[in-house]
Amino acid sequence: MAPKLDPVVGRYLRTEIDGVPHRLYFEEAGQGIPLVCLHTAGADNRQYRHLLADPEITRRFRVLAFDLPWHGKSTPPNGWERGEYRLTTESYTAAIRAFCHAMELDKPVVMGCSIGGRIVLNLAIAHAAEFRALIALEAADFQQPWYDTAWLHRPDVHGGEVCAGLVSGLIAPQSPPVHRHETLWMYMQSGPGVFKGDLYFYRIDGDLREKVKAIDTKVCPLYLLTGEYDFSCTPDDTLRTARQIPGVEVQIMKDVGHFPMSEHPAKFREYILPVLAKIAG
Amino acid sequence: MSPADRFAALPDLLSGDPDLRRRGRWLSVDCQVDIGPEPFFLSIRDGALVALDRGQRLMRSTAFTFRATDEAWTNHWKAVPEPGWHDLFALTKRGSASMEGDLRPLLQHLQYFKDLLALPRRQPVGA
Repeated sequence: MAPKLDPVVGRYLRTEIDGVPHRLYFEEAGQGIPLVCLHTAGADNRQYRHLLADPEITRRFRVLAFDLPWHGKSTPPNGWERGEYRLTTESYTAAIRAFCHAMELDKPVVMGCSIGGRIVLNLAIAHAAEFRALIALEAADFQQPWYDTAWLHRPDVHGGEVCAGLVSGLIAPQSPPVHRHETLWMYMQSGPGVFKGDLYFYRIDGDLREKVKAIDTKVCPLYLLTGEYDFSCTPDDTLRTARQIPGVEVQIMKDVGHFPMSEHPAKFREYILPVLAKIAG
Repeated sequence: MSPADRFAALPDLLSGDPDLRRRGRWLSVDCQVDIGPEPFFLSIRDGALVALDRGQRLMRSTAFTFRATDEAWTNHWKAVPEPGWHDLFALTKRGSASMEGDLRPLLQHLQYFKDLLALPRRQPVGA
């Protein structure tokens, strides 16, 4: 009997980010318009495995999901042991642009979730002309913090378990248990302090209030989609952000939380397919 | 049936969930959970609830307290809670709940506590 293989290929890309050599892991499937997918804080590209295996999407899009440095199978840069990891607007933007440039992607679509959604807003502010369209999931210009990130990295609390325990509440109760627990499993596997380091960008460095007003959707279309059960980036946060951006398309997704692509792939599909169809023209 | 009455069934609900007790097997702590105005004192040993004392206990010492309004618990314990009521931190963020004390045992066993405090969801209202 032939082996049952997912229609996805994983590879490593050698590239520099801000002059520092990196080895980035990515998975890809499909052909056509490049669609680069950005995972959430403290997670990795496995969150997009259902999208990567969806023929309705991969027949028109070359879907690429890469692990940020420090995440998944992308190793941290040499010397990581001598400092504390902190993601910034600058370093995150540089990583995305380096990946797209090194892969020679021609005007890709970028879709990101949570911190990935926030940085997509920054791409729309600062680099819109480089992209065909931008999709921000669970994104807003700013969100009120709801816990102290000091709990995420300390020797007396298991980092993986506390990260998963915190974000479990962001998953909608309607999401199938198998997908809920797979989403949480990824959070349990993050390196020590990585989720906390990502949230430095989210909470401190990446405040985009006022800045989103500079987004010009005529240069690059922008789509915002947020799950109604996301109390971290609430529907109100997203709608408030959308009101400042003329021409943006915004949707609130029912029965979905903070991780639409991994917590409820079938439900997310109902919302993302029409967006991708519009982008593909 | 009041929210406090529903919470009083916690020992039976936990007894009926051996998997949750297994996940709490490294946890032994005394803590307080307020259901509206009514305090409950939980004594947890190796993940099992060995005592649930309802009502005020003078000078009872506990590691931490989690408290929420009757409205918050009522909504939290709906079979399918609505957005904003579905998680303990959704409750604290909206200002309907709070926590205080030594939160370390809570954070060390966070999913256990979330699941423990959601158990009344399984019990039909009026049961």
